[in-house]
Amino acid sequence: MIILLVIATLFIGGLGAWLIEGWNKDMPRWVTLASCAIAAALLSNLYLSPTEHEILLAGVSSTWIEHLSTPWIPRFGISFILAIDGLSLLMVTLTLFLGFVAVLSSWDEIDHRPGFFQFNLLWTLAGVVGVFAALDLFLFFFFWEVMLIPMYLLIAIWGHENKAYAAMKFFLFTQISGLIMLVAILTLVLVNASNGAPITFSYFELLGHGLDEQLSFWLMLGFFVAFVVKLPGFPFHTWLPDAHTQAPTAASVLLAGILLKTGAYGLIRFTVPLFPDAAAAFANVAMTLGAIGIVYGALLAFAQTDFKRLVAYSSVSHMGFVLIGVFAWTELTIQGSVIQMVAHGFSTAALFMIAGAIQHRLHTRDMTKMGGLWQSAPRMGAIAMFFIIASLGMPGLGNFVGEFLILMGAFSVSKTITIVATLGLVTGAVYALIAMQRVFQGGATAGIKIKDFASREMIAMIPMMIGLTWIGVYPQPIFDLVNPVLASLYELTQSPGHIWIGVTP
Amino acid sequence: MNMQDLFALLPMITLSVSILIVMLVIAFARNLEMTCLLACMGLTATAAATIWVAMTVKPVYVTPLIIVDSYATLFSGLVVTAAIFISLSAYSYLKNRGDKQDEFILLLMLATLGAVTLAHSAHFGSFILGLELIGVSVYAMISYPVKGLFSLEAGLKYLILSGVSSAFILFGIALLFAALGTLSFMEMARAADLNDSASRLFILAGATMIFAGIGFKLSLFPFHMWTPDVYEGAPAPATALLATISKGGIFAVLLRFFLAFDGYQYSLIIESLYWIALLSIFAGNVLALMQNRIKRVLAYSSIAHLGYLMIAFIGASILGGKQLAIEACLFFLIGYFITTIGAFGVVAIMSSDSEEHDNDELEQYQGLFWQKPLIATFFSAMLLSLAGIPLTIGFVGKFYIVAAGVESELWSLLAILVIGSGIGLFYYLRIIFAMTRRTEIKQKVDIPVAGGWALGTLTLLLVYLGVYPTPVVDWVADVAKSMI
Repeated sequence: MIILLVIATLFIGGLGAWLIEGWNKDMPRWVTLASCAIAAALLSNLYLSPTEHEILLAGVSSTWIEHLSTPWIPRFGISFILAIDGLSLLMVTLTLFLGFVAVLSSWDEIDHRPGFFQFNLLWTLAGVVGVFAALDLFLFFFFWEVMLIPMYLLIAIWGHENKAYAAMKFFLFTQISGLIMLVAILTLVLVNASNGAPITFSYFELLGHGLDEQLSFWLMLGFFVAFVVKLPGFPFHTWLPDAHTQAPTAASVLLAGILLKTGAYGLIRFTVPLFPDAAAAFANVAMTLGAIGIVYGALLAFAQTDFKRLVAYSSVSHMGFVLIGVFAWTELTIQGSVIQMVAHGFSTAALFMIAGAIQHRLHTRDMTKMGGLWQSAPRMGAIAMFFIIASLGMPGLGNFVGEFLILMGAFSVSKTITIVATLGLVTGAVYALIAMQRVFQGGATAGIKIKDFASREMIAMIPMMIGLTWIGVYPQPIFDLVNPVLASLYELTQSPGHIWIGVTP
Repeated sequence: MNMQDLFALLPMITLSVSILIVMLVIAFARNLEMTCLLACMGLTATAAATIWVAMTVKPVYVTPLIIVDSYATLFSGLVVTAAIFISLSAYSYLKNRGDKQDEFILLLMLATLGAVTLAHSAHFGSFILGLELIGVSVYAMISYPVKGLFSLEAGLKYLILSGVSSAFILFGIALLFAALGTLSFMEMARAADLNDSASRLFILAGATMIFAGIGFKLSLFPFHMWTPDVYEGAPAPATALLATISKGGIFAVLLRFFLAFDGYQYSLIIESLYWIALLSIFAGNVLALMQNRIKRVLAYSSIAHLGYLMIAFIGASILGGKQLAIEACLFFLIGYFITTIGAFGVVAIMSSDSEEHDNDELEQYQGLFWQKPLIATFFSAMLLSLAGIPLTIGFVGKFYIVAAGVESELWSLLAILVIGSGIGLFYYLRIIFAMTRRTEIKQKVDIPVAGGWALGTLTLLLVYLGVYPTPVVDWVADVAKSMI
């Protein structure tokens, strides 16, 4: 019930923000903050007093903190299933937190139709929370698409100079891959039903279906494409740099912080557990794509002069690690992927916020026109330094833990891929430090002076810094939360008949 | 004919009587408000009668021409409801255009009667009757604004092409009659002898010609050429009627004929349908990309949508997928009706001050979101539904089509559906994007009461059935089951 209330709060809050605009132009952002606060308060109930549901997943027991299921379209066996376990809870928490950050980051950036802006922001959040909580494949697809349109509008209405192109590209990539996933979902459901089982879209009942290998492989690809476009993995990443550079800051924060994570989440939750054998057979290809993405993303990031494009390509690089982690599918690498998702959510959201803040002050994203900003904005400089160092994988900060676990686990699976991926750490350091140098260090060019971070921006930044340090030093609470989930998913793919093979060392 | 049969005809009788009343009232006193009010009352009474009949009557043949069953009541309920919405939007469209507009409403009701006849027809006699009733009314409706050259051109084009296609259909029927000696769908199925090669040839030739004619009316590739010009030239309410009531009625007969006659056993027909569907989706979507007028975009998108519908229609040829495919056809059509009437309703409202040409240029919609947010929101909902985005009925319809395609394993058609939908997004989003531009629209836009309420109701329906389609799903599932 609580997760439904969280989603409803965000939806209703969005409508409220839109309506209140007519009365007062400053109110909508307060409505958004209040909605996020109420949603967070509701969510905290799940941490404080979890009720435990034991559900068998294809014979493997798993624990759910919340489970809600009612029939929706009985003709197709579609139910309204929202369920929360440790993994979903972590991702929903991240979503709400970055929701706060997004509002604060665009506090006075939006003067055109602020109510409608906040409406889109909240509906995107609601869609993403739905994606993390839906465990009926139809409902999942429903939310998967619902989060697209408000994001499209955010980019199309409040974006920068080339917004039409970027918004369209973003929408086309995700929508077409989504339709491919819809065909895969329907095929899975209908073929499963024609084998004598009752027709159902429920994740719990579809796990451990006995479809033949060849069909499974094609269906796995259908899911894989949709999630890897969103991740984004090489070679489906080309929408990301455009979308990021054109999006307003808040949309960039959401896009990098949580929308990309829905792709990673989908791979962990759906692609591998639903088609363990097919995913194992495909693992080498997927990991190779991940490794290419790491190196290629880093190289392209190095070549950018646009600050936001640089951060966007660095995302491609970092998400390559997640792809390797998921498809290496050892307990270590999946844990690493989850840590990487959270840490990347913080560090990239912060970097986009910094890029947005600079653009707001200087009206340019071109790094060749910056330089020496540290002198006039020391707080901003120091914070940027922190997140850039986190992003390049400095030990003691969150990203290091994720990447380290992934590399360590993947080494036993494929040495070549791991070695190539490790190169990404070196190139990562290069582009990250170059960015720092061009923007903040050196002499101030032509007397550029900018306003330093105000307390509002500090309020958004400090929790993320604390979070990254915490994950870097003591990640155990996150492991405690997600390990039971990952263990049961892992066990599921190892049950008799599904042994994770096919990856050559 | 006993009382029971007469009662089964109640919707048609109600509609005919209200047409007569409206005609007489127009003859005595020209008053558009009065005409529309009477028309809406008549149509509402017809809808009520349809529901009453649907709830009480068992499937029955009233004369060999007319069948009253749940399939017929579903379609006649659908077209009559559609006619109510179109006449509301037509009222707002017509009321500022001089004083001789009453007959438009009358023609609208006549066309509806034709579609209701088609929904009930189980015989080629009633089929031609209904077809021509729609055709003749629509010619006049398209060229109704006599001062406009565009609408005259469109009317003439439709007259000629529709006449030719009717001739095709008649010739095809003659061939079938020569081979089988009957015009009733059921008896034709019984008389068909597959082993007799001469009669098989007659049947194939006849069915092909009928299909060519129906392809014109449904604007399927390669018979789609007239669509954009006629859509563009006709006044918006007439276009809405042409796109929904006319096509829906004809599709109802086509599906009933194919199911009764078991046209699916002729693999040649299925194969050509396969290509027609594929090329309709492709051509419709690609050509829509190049348009700058909303009505032309909607015309090409309707070609693509009929192509999607054909996927489900072909799906019914596979025995195991028949039930699901028929359901998909019915549900998709309901969604298509709501969405298309809504979209043309928006064009009608936008054109309240237009002269020769409806206001349907993309430029005229720029910035609509900020000046008339309500209309723009309605229009966005319609466009998103056409694009098949969740929360709208168009999504559930497309979901149904994909399900039917998967069940019947039509993989290449599903691939073209995915590609076509991708291209489709591009031109639908282009319109939405234009509406969100920060510019001022030039023309004056007032939201009229009748048209505004009709549009609001349609949008609500669109979202409600998009989120909770179960009632309609159960309904079409029952109807589909009765048809197998």
